[in-house]
Amino acid sequence: MEKKPKAVLVIGGGIAGIQAALDLGDMGMKVHLVERKPSIGGRMAQLDKTFPTNDCSICILAPKLADCFRHPNITLHTLSEVKNVTGQMGDFSVKLLKYARFVDEKKCVNCGDCVAKCPVKVPDEFDMELRKREAIYPYYLQGVPAVMTIDRENCLYLTRGVCRICEKFCTSEAIDFEQKDAEAMLNVGAIIVATGFDPYDPSGIPQYGYKRYRNVIISLEYERLICASGPTGGHLTRPSDNKAAEKIAFVQCVGSRDFKNNPYCSSVCCMHATKEAMLAYEHNPKVKSCIFYIDLRAAGKGFQEYVARGEREYNLSYIRGGVAKITEDRDENPIVWYEETQSSKTNKMTVDLVVLATSLMPRRDVKELAKVLGVELDEYNFFKTDPLNPLDTTRPGIFVCGCCREPTDIPESVAQASGAAERAAETVMR
Amino acid sequence: MNEVRVGVFVCHCGTNIGGFLDVPGLAKYALSLPNVVFAKDNQYTCSDAGLTEIRNAIAENKLNRAVVASCTPRTHEPLFRSICKEAGLNPYLFQFVNIRDQCSWVHMQERERATEKAKALIKMGVARAVLLEPLEEIEVEVNPRALVIGGGIAGMTCALSLANRGFEVKLIEKEDRLGGTLNNLYMLYPTHEEASKLVQAKTKEIEKNPKIEVLTSSEVEDVKGFIGNYDVTVRQGEKERFFKIGVIIVATGAGTLKPVGMYGYDGENVITQMELERMLEKGRLNADTVVMIQCVGSRNEKRTYCSKVCCPTALKNAMLIREANPDAQVFILYKDMVTQGTSYEDYYGKARETGITFIKYSSEKHPVVENGSVRVYDEFLGEELSLPYDLVVLSTPMVAHPDSADLAQKLKVPVDKYGFFLEAHVKLRPIDFATDGIYMCGCAHWPTNVGESISQAYGAASRASIPLSVGHVKTEPSIAVVDEDECSGCSLCELTCPFKAIRIEETEKGRKAKVIAASCKGCGACGAGCPQKAITMRHFTDEQLLAQVITLAEAVP
Repeated sequence: MEKKPKAVLVIGGGIAGIQAALDLGDMGMKVHLVERKPSIGGRMAQLDKTFPTNDCSICILAPKLADCFRHPNITLHTLSEVKNVTGQMGDFSVKLLKYARFVDEKKCVNCGDCVAKCPVKVPDEFDMELRKREAIYPYYLQGVPAVMTIDRENCLYLTRGVCRICEKFCTSEAIDFEQKDAEAMLNVGAIIVATGFDPYDPSGIPQYGYKRYRNVIISLEYERLICASGPTGGHLTRPSDNKAAEKIAFVQCVGSRDFKNNPYCSSVCCMHATKEAMLAYEHNPKVKSCIFYIDLRAAGKGFQEYVARGEREYNLSYIRGGVAKITEDRDENPIVWYEETQSSKTNKMTVDLVVLATSLMPRRDVKELAKVLGVELDEYNFFKTDPLNPLDTTRPGIFVCGCCREPTDIPESVAQASGAAERAAETVMR
Repeated sequence: MNEVRVGVFVCHCGTNIGGFLDVPGLAKYALSLPNVVFAKDNQYTCSDAGLTEIRNAIAENKLNRAVVASCTPRTHEPLFRSICKEAGLNPYLFQFVNIRDQCSWVHMQERERATEKAKALIKMGVARAVLLEPLEEIEVEVNPRALVIGGGIAGMTCALSLANRGFEVKLIEKEDRLGGTLNNLYMLYPTHEEASKLVQAKTKEIEKNPKIEVLTSSEVEDVKGFIGNYDVTVRQGEKERFFKIGVIIVATGAGTLKPVGMYGYDGENVITQMELERMLEKGRLNADTVVMIQCVGSRNEKRTYCSKVCCPTALKNAMLIREANPDAQVFILYKDMVTQGTSYEDYYGKARETGITFIKYSSEKHPVVENGSVRVYDEFLGEELSLPYDLVVLSTPMVAHPDSADLAQKLKVPVDKYGFFLEAHVKLRPIDFATDGIYMCGCAHWPTNVGESISQAYGAASRASIPLSVGHVKTEPSIAVVDEDECSGCSLCELTCPFKAIRIEETEKGRKAKVIAASCKGCGACGAGCPQKAITMRHFTDEQLLAQVITLAEAVP
């Protein structure tokens, strides 16, 4: 009889990890998909629409989430982290730490009765802290698994020993404060790393006034603001006074192509800014947008056409020039000070809202994971690969795809994910 | 006949539908329609909560038809069908009504009229649902063999990976040796390794691998069949070879634009980057001042796209020129420097440090190559410069491979407006064709560098290995069926069918049309043309479609 191939571990439940898991599962291999958040979906779930087709992001992602959840060969480990890896290619022992959800996944029906009663209000991470959530919460509306989670840092019972009101009102008896964090051991033949990115925090560029001026936000915050399931129900209002934002400046390369911060190019920002400007116009045809850029990098399929369409049909203009600083007037309108390279003139522009296209960076704690995995990172802390062996990390049997390898757009992440799945399959079937 | 019990689920899709239509009103309206015994609106019907609701409603209300009015069947029909199946309802008793892509998104400013339209669409959907019949998927075996078309870096990588997984591979290359475009390159960026070394290493690996048969100087002549069961004819010189193939990977690469009639191109003093590569390789470059012009023949009206690889290529060759001749002056005239990602920005910085001069020009003021000098308007300086030159190098874009159109026709797969192969879905299925069983990688799809081509090649291998691993595939049962009693054997259908999925056979009752179930795509061409009305399209019967049309006529005053 043929030896049964070992399972594959996929770390990260964003679009890259999901695609890698689905490919392997569809080949008939067993997959463990580990995600540290309460639900899979990753960054793609936070986006409103996607360039260059303006497909609704969650709408095209949701079927994949459901496929992963229902796949007979895929085991989901949410709220879980990889703590230790020993062994070698073909035979890794992996220690997982599964954090207690304090909600029984099998019993919770996601009705929301508990949420309505929870007295705690804390900033919601998924919505980029633009709204408040309760201490018991769904990670996001379409999240998979579709169950509630209790946030141990903020739950009154878990922090101060009082309350338990959610337990009283849960008709499914799904609340379980007795749950403990648990360790699990997995034996796998190969590992795929797909941990994605964190956005750069532009507080590091004080002259842009992020966090000092309420109407200066970053792209991911904008994605939530304009999204129908976001904090404003998709109404593009600015944070200071809820006034409709009708004049918007998009500032590119914030933290990228910047020797003080990230010298590399984040690859996707020219296109997502274009998309974000288009969406604003779709919501309100009075919107006028300007994108301040250094080089316009629109090299993918259909990208140049997309840019041209933005200029032609969406009241969008591209201004080539660096933004020196952002100030604000008495009504909290941001003022963008910039040098237009064509004329070498310094100019200023008063707008309703500024959106900073912040760099895509490796996850803040990526070094820890790299240490656990025993793989090298590159000079920018992305997982190190060879240009001619682009999906292999420095340790045999461990592969990488998506934005933790280098900033990449969704199609490229998906292609890489399938590629990493292939490399893993080659390894475990050897 | 059992009572028909229809359930209707109307989706808000967040505000995508809910923001523009009266969704609760639509659910209420649906409940008033004949045979509808259950109707409900959900925030997201595709969320786990929404799906659970469908499952429960089918069980609790004994539904034997399910209708979802939501986004688009393109992305969501498979999901809803499988939920029906899980709930014990034949998936072909499910009906999709598109009220987002074809209603709320196109009538955002007209809430009332759009809601009326959605009502009509739902009424039509219910009318068809009532007449739906259960169907079973057809299972077919998969030949455990892959055909990789194109022996460049993408095709070679893909073939090797599949062979390492234990699958047999036929690798077809048109030229007399493997390597593809890499055979025309000198060094690779950003590592400055020789392209020929990579080709040699891969070729050796392939030669050693007993699972791969390489056919050089060969071309695909004919492809018949469908996923798992392709009959492929390959012409190798005088010889014809026949293969039974399970999956096909297109890795045919791209061509490069020859800039005839542009910027004084003459192949001597004004050459292309490709021609420069050869001069560099042979050490024959003899020029102290070199002017490179980017975006020659791309990002213009005829070819709007950016070819992505030309900026790093120019940087590489400029650095190689300086390496060979440190006194050489190199100017790169560009529109936007496209050096994306973590390695290439750095590479750009390195090129600047080595003393290469970068001059930005704009689409409005293109450089002009004159006798002995290039005139260019420098966007940064705001003035026109005249650069004397020994050599002008034009960076021309990749263009679709000249054979792509022909191959596309043989495989019956689409190409985009520039002739590159068109993927199934721009975001989530970048290396699949819409036709099951055919995949792509590398520059056949879009200009890519070597690293990306390799990633995609592994990706295509993964996709292609799925049916190979499983060993069988299920095909749609929504196909044509022939009523032999009515068929006169006229063979019009055989002539009409674009998929060669119907043919005339001699039977006891005389000449009769036979459908090859697994090849039939259910397009309906045969049925529409049949003078005897002997062909029925399963899942799209005349009765089902007429019921929709009549309902529409009733719904619209």
